[in-house]
Amino acid sequence: MKFEEIRKLAQSRWQEIWNDQMPVILVGTATCGRAAGALEVLQAIKDTVKKQSLSCLIYEVGCMGHCYAEPLVILRKPGYPSICYGHVNPVLVENLINNFLLNDDPCLEFVLGAIEENDFIPSFSDFPRSKYEKRILLKNCGQINPEEIEHYIANGGYESLAKTLRMKPEEIVSEVKGSKLRGLGGAGFPAGEKWDLCRHSEGKPKYLICNGDEGDPGAFMDRAILESDPHSVIEGMVIAGYAIGARHGYIYVRAEYPLAVQRVQNAIHQAEEYKFLEENILGSNFSFDIKLFQGSGAFVCGEATALIASIEGKPGIPRHRPPRVAVQGLFGKPTILNNAKTLAYVPHIIKNGADWFLQMGTERSKGTAVFALAGKVVNTGLVEVPMGTTLRQLIFDVGGGLSKGKRFKAVQIGGPSGGCLPESALDIPIDFDSLQESGAMMGSGGMVVLDEDDCMVEVARYFLDFTQKESCGKCTLCRLGTKQMLDILEDITKGRGKMEDLETLQELAEDIKQGSLCGLGRTAPNPVLTTLRYFREEYEVHIKEARCPALMCQTLIAYYIIPEKCARGCDACVGTCTVEAISTDKKRRIKVIDQEKCVKCNTCLAACPPQYDAVIKLSPPDKVPPSKNTSIPSPLMGEGEGGGEK
Amino acid sequence: MGVRNSVSSPSPYSPPTKGGERIFVQKMKDISLTIDGKQIKATEGEKILWAALENSIYIPNLCAIREKMQPSASCRLCFVEVEGENEPVIACTQPVKEGMVVHTRGRNALRLARTAAELLIASHPVDCGHCLKNRSCELQKIAKHLGIKLKTKRFRKLERNLPIDESSSLFIYDPNKCVLCGKCVWVCQEKLGIGAIGFTRRGFKRMVSTFEDQPIAKSRCNQCAECVKACPVGALVFKNKNFISQIESE
Repeated sequence: MKFEEIRKLAQSRWQEIWNDQMPVILVGTATCGRAAGALEVLQAIKDTVKKQSLSCLIYEVGCMGHCYAEPLVILRKPGYPSICYGHVNPVLVENLINNFLLNDDPCLEFVLGAIEENDFIPSFSDFPRSKYEKRILLKNCGQINPEEIEHYIANGGYESLAKTLRMKPEEIVSEVKGSKLRGLGGAGFPAGEKWDLCRHSEGKPKYLICNGDEGDPGAFMDRAILESDPHSVIEGMVIAGYAIGARHGYIYVRAEYPLAVQRVQNAIHQAEEYKFLEENILGSNFSFDIKLFQGSGAFVCGEATALIASIEGKPGIPRHRPPRVAVQGLFGKPTILNNAKTLAYVPHIIKNGADWFLQMGTERSKGTAVFALAGKVVNTGLVEVPMGTTLRQLIFDVGGGLSKGKRFKAVQIGGPSGGCLPESALDIPIDFDSLQESGAMMGSGGMVVLDEDDCMVEVARYFLDFTQKESCGKCTLCRLGTKQMLDILEDITKGRGKMEDLETLQELAEDIKQGSLCGLGRTAPNPVLTTLRYFREEYEVHIKEARCPALMCQTLIAYYIIPEKCARGCDACVGTCTVEAISTDKKRRIKVIDQEKCVKCNTCLAACPPQYDAVIKLSPPDKVPPSKNTSIPSPLMGEGEGGGEK
Repeated sequence: MGVRNSVSSPSPYSPPTKGGERIFVQKMKDISLTIDGKQIKATEGEKILWAALENSIYIPNLCAIREKMQPSASCRLCFVEVEGENEPVIACTQPVKEGMVVHTRGRNALRLARTAAELLIASHPVDCGHCLKNRSCELQKIAKHLGIKLKTKRFRKLERNLPIDESSSLFIYDPNKCVLCGKCVWVCQEKLGIGAIGFTRRGFKRMVSTFEDQPIAKSRCNQCAECVKACPVGALVFKNKNFISQIESE
């Protein structure tokens, strides 16, 4: 079958779904949805539909980006716009089907937004975030069934592949070069130049690898794309393979993403059936196959040379470069390794041309960037914005600001390789170079928002602990240097730090950054360097006063029940205490925490009813008045110095 | 400088001078470069480290093995400064070029090398008085060359307290003293194809060990002791102090 025929067939089938003959139900069942209970919702939908003998179509789709409102369900009823409901549960499902699909009440109180613009239900385009969003890579995510290749084809999929096969490989390379597409895995190396180098390198066969070994804590962009639109990555790979003259391709997906693994594998099989892969693709002379390789959980395997060693069956340990991977990569042959998002961009560039791509973004960073918004932000989820959008727009307009009305403190960009930027840096436009200048880094797009309750020393310690554990241990500076740094940070968070430690920390961080063998070591100190640069006073308070201003470092805080606030008849804290550290003062029925027994688990603070709000954290711990003096009014009540109590 | 040139060391892992594996460089032409103000000749494509060592200019190194095609570049000690480069480079991976000007004692290069050496020393049980490798230890030599003390003040002592393996009748393996240069592993795996030892674990816990961490005598080790001769520090030492001189006089 020719591609034209395949496309026509897919399109007519796609239109049949939406031709308003019967209701369509879409359920977001990517990992984010499943974690919130999407599979139970799906089952409830199937059960209810069966019970009511309703004829309708049910499809699983990927991540729609609004992860804060998962599980998400889209209902399409003839005569109505498609409506997306958030926080759906099995009980709500029954209501929605009974009230909306069987009767005509769209249950407006549960509506998140309508997909299309219309006159009676606010649509997603009315959301403040839609002003900034530009969905290119995420266009299909949450809209199509990732397990149906026809859905992808009907939405313009594999058109670029058909177009590619009518062009010369060098034309593809120059198109990508002309678009100035930069690698979206973090470092931002121009993709076209890498391809050109590989294309002209000697050695056969050449390999193409898609890096889907996303390992940053708090990042889930690649996962979402692989789960929600795997064919876009596969199409990009075939085009890239054609351009550089590769015969074999690998998709390296971490085994901790079982759903992504399953959907990518399924997509590969489908693409093979449709002749988009293997021998003589679409009747051309070009042959290319793709194998799925599951990484087994080492963060360092996201590094190109370590990833290649891992596919070769060797320990995932980086090697010195040069030789560059494009010259001498997998099995010693010229290899291109691109991030999943970079490859998913390729079909769009081929379809729309380099000029279309050049219109988006900033001078040196073109196109869009996908971010995984996480942490203390209202609307956590996946968002795609043009390069050059500021951090402020992204966090406050797209993300809806901070949750629980807390004050913004910092944003951690780029995961363990990135840095923490303070409020003063919020107007930085997001692009590769501006972020690098500020000490952070684009990374692969993880963005964790931190508020006033987050201690920056502890955040730096957390990320360094991660990289230190994930260091392969090959080179001296990373293996021993990060361990020394971690020990210093641990001392500081426990109140044992010395002022000269800060100097050692700074020196070590700079040396590790400059002298390490691979990217992991060269970026590992970034969280420490940025927090030292922007939040130095917080380190100093920990050292000089043994106080944690954010009341986060466990050793430096104590829990205390304010006698004046404690409701004498209430026993909530006593009941929840895991170590029986809270006792009741016999005479006055006031609750007192035995500081010796307290393990600082926070359950009493969480259990104390909000109308009393009697449990507080104090730092340093010696601020707690001696327990015998509970009859004397607490000096803390009228103090109001700030910083020490909450 | 009073530093022994490692070319004169009896170890088989110093540059082979005649024949052997290095045929591939013989076709290449000679070029001249300057290292520390000294004009020297070297074969094109040769790495700075070997060009320097051959001309009696010492650059600290632990992991460098000349016969190894792909340098492991893991000890991070051989930093040098090359005019025209923004950052210090690693001498064991950087090929020489005609007219290149190299400084082995540039401030930035020394800073990085010192940090790496101090880190190694901070994780090394410094008990030189009782160590069989005393005075022939590469770590001592490096510390002396870089002007750093064997009792580091800048960093904390981070020792691993691993058990010492005395199962072999010929030698002792003390993993605590190991600097993870990889010379023993290379000899055992690549050069001799025995494969009794290899790297295990990762990060700070990375170490040289046998399969399933068995005592070395129970491993595939055939007691050839080439690893002991390769070890630059006191991690692998002969039980009998005079063993090397004995076998060499034979």
